[in-house]
Amino acid sequence: MAKRTFNIWRGDNSKGKFESYEIEISPGMVVLDAIHKIQVELAPDLACRWNCKAGKCGSCSVEINGFPKLSCMTRMNSIPEENDVTIRPLKPFPVIKDLVSDVSWNYEQNKKIAPFKPKPRDADGNHRMYQEDIDRVQEFRKCIECYLCQTICHVIRDQGQKEKFVGPRFMIRLASLEMHPLDVADRIPAIKNDHGSGMCNITHCCTDVCPEHIRITDNAIIPLKERVVDRYYDPILWLKRKIFG
Amino acid sequence: MTDFSDIQTIEHDIIIIGAGGAGLRAAIECSAQGKNSGVVCKSLLGKAHTVMAEGGMAASLGNADPRDHWKIHFRDTMRGGKFLNQWRMAEIHAKEAPERVNELEEWGAVFDRTKSGLINQRNFGGHRYPRLAHVGDRTGLELIRTLQDHGIHQGFDVHMECTALTLLKDGDNISGVLAYWRDSGRFVLFKCKAVILATGGAGKAWHVTSNSWEYTGDGLAMGYNAGAELMDIEFVQFHPTGMVWPPSVKGTLVTEGVRGDGGILLNNKNERFMFDYIPEKFAAETADSEEESNRWLNGDTGARRPPELLTRDVVARAITTEVKEGRGSPHGGVFLDIASRVPAELIKKKLPSMYHQFKELAEVDITKEPMEVGPTTHYFMGGLRVDHETQETAVPGLFACGECAAGLHGANRLGGNSLSDLIVFGKLAGTGASQYVDSLSKSLAINQEQVATGIREATSILNRESGKNPYLIHDDLQTVMGNYAGIVRTEDDLKKGLTELARIKKDIEQVKAPGASQFNPGWNEALDLSSLMIVSEAVTMAALERKESRGGHSRLDYPGEDSEGLKYNVIVSKGENGMEVRREPRDTPPQELSRIANASIDDLEAEVVRERNNG
Repeated sequence: MAKRTFNIWRGDNSKGKFESYEIEISPGMVVLDAIHKIQVELAPDLACRWNCKAGKCGSCSVEINGFPKLSCMTRMNSIPEENDVTIRPLKPFPVIKDLVSDVSWNYEQNKKIAPFKPKPRDADGNHRMYQEDIDRVQEFRKCIECYLCQTICHVIRDQGQKEKFVGPRFMIRLASLEMHPLDVADRIPAIKNDHGSGMCNITHCCTDVCPEHIRITDNAIIPLKERVVDRYYDPILWLKRKIFG
Repeated sequence: MTDFSDIQTIEHDIIIIGAGGAGLRAAIECSAQGKNSGVVCKSLLGKAHTVMAEGGMAASLGNADPRDHWKIHFRDTMRGGKFLNQWRMAEIHAKEAPERVNELEEWGAVFDRTKSGLINQRNFGGHRYPRLAHVGDRTGLELIRTLQDHGIHQGFDVHMECTALTLLKDGDNISGVLAYWRDSGRFVLFKCKAVILATGGAGKAWHVTSNSWEYTGDGLAMGYNAGAELMDIEFVQFHPTGMVWPPSVKGTLVTEGVRGDGGILLNNKNERFMFDYIPEKFAAETADSEEESNRWLNGDTGARRPPELLTRDVVARAITTEVKEGRGSPHGGVFLDIASRVPAELIKKKLPSMYHQFKELAEVDITKEPMEVGPTTHYFMGGLRVDHETQETAVPGLFACGECAAGLHGANRLGGNSLSDLIVFGKLAGTGASQYVDSLSKSLAINQEQVATGIREATSILNRESGKNPYLIHDDLQTVMGNYAGIVRTEDDLKKGLTELARIKKDIEQVKAPGASQFNPGWNEALDLSSLMIVSEAVTMAALERKESRGGHSRLDYPGEDSEGLKYNVIVSKGENGMEVRREPRDTPPQELSRIANASIDDLEAEVVRERNNG
């Protein structure tokens, strides 16, 4: 058993500071276990979000030693023993209290996306889709909405351009709809104009932090950018528009 | 009296408490019926415990095996529930599940496919045919995301991170809900004409559990306090396979899909022990050799099912016995081996989140070595007693669906019947509540005294000078329930359990949470304790009342099923002097349903073929 020191952000959006807590760590513990232990032993009102504790719900996202991570899937033995563990709430979102941030902006983005619109069923009442045609959509649907990708994305984190870009999470939501074999809605104009596909400069940071290992940039964002380019910047179409107005 | 005019008030026709599969499906139906409704949920939208469901949802679509039919699903459900299920609920469920699953596809769900492009179905314990529509081992996520993404465009409001405290009544009728916002700690009053409870079970009354912090039985307790009855509450499902190591993840679920896809259970002598635990009733339909099990796995329709796929109660008890008799694994479980049975790539494809979970949390590669697993508290078969069609409780205007309602699963739930339960009865609850609202002629008022009491009780936890630590009280309660009302029970233990619970109840009355009300987990925990206490007492008292072993309820002092046990359901309700327990005689089963459930499988299969040929 070893003692470890945790520096945890305590406060709200207007004020706060890092408080230091020291607790015993036992084998197999993850950072979320440590937070719970601190609640029981030292700080009963320390606020954090969590649910499933198995990497399936995406509630417990925080920044651990500078990296956005799921605290339930970050094992204590993955952080070198000589290091303190510094935990703070997700940077791009307003702090509600301690480790809990206000992620409602994400829910607003989802609501702006045109919903799924299926084509009619086959004559026998079934929808038919083949596994090879849905593999890529299922990859996107693994998303647990932890918003780690939203947190790391430069456009949102460093440039603060939330009003111009929906962020990686909702680019994969858009891709999952656009590539859905049954969907008949057209979201390409909205992807360009409203959801801001041009804002992403494909640095792959979102892909790197995804706990579900979804290839967000390569499999979702780049193909969507290509679809936008095909629609709006095809040289033949451009020429046609130029000549025929 | 204190003036409550400054409390935020929100008005809806219908309030749905809980945003898992059942709550969201109910809300979608309320909107479809033209009602103004609001969902109140403790967590963020999309994080409810449904997200943890792995294996799939059962529906006799007949895509993977065309012999399937609602009658056979119904028969499986009744046999799995040891015939204590509400007959009509099991019938409605089996009949309507296929339509509800297809509807999800209409809303964007992307299930795994058969070769011909239809929704694929997998094998699971107790189901005669491959019946579970699924998405790898993350079916619950698919269900909740589908309902969420469809639901946000249906016009109902979602009040997130809002915890319901008390149901308010005007005379006999439901008229509102007192709740508080977790972020600000402020109270909010929901005025409404009907409430649908969809709050799940109370697995957090035990230490070793697959359930998240939300599972504190709030709906069961609020319903009980409002005058609704709890039924079959002694039946708690201990899922046979939870993780046992490391300690911090003890109880986390390992999907039954591992066994459905070929995984086998071994003891420390490397024996496939499930062959020694086949109950007589299932012997005719279960393989008696490894050779036959393997043929079944390879698709031989003449072979019988491997014993690892017996119902959950049977497998959980078998594991408990193996461990008790010294044949367990190093950390007190048994081995679940899929590595030696299925190629590594296929394991990663079919069970990706299991692979991930063991790799990250236990440093075990399940494609190379066996998992260690043991029973974990998983599911409440019992819950609020409801009408089978409308889902209404004994309280006018109060409805319940999903895990917090009783009846469908009887004494034991089959895997895969939970997700289908949520969508079938979620919809019916939405219809039932909407019809009730339409028929309501009187106007309802909020009783200020009920509001005052609710607020006083909640704030006293913050205001008192000193008191016990809520986390430690919870820990104490979990230990008591594990020791005295766990997977195997005796009269002595249960009585000791009640004495201990009485002691803890006094602690709860004096619980103290330091700090302010704004996002204060200590206070939130303290508030949940009173629900956990009501449910724990109800489980223990009902378990004392049922003097037999049936399904999820095992009494060492009354081993085996007693035919008398089929003649009643145990009901728990709030009396003038506290909790009351009684045996409610069961109605005579509907003749046709009884015939189907008791038919031999060969006769029933022949009947289905005849029906199809004729029609």
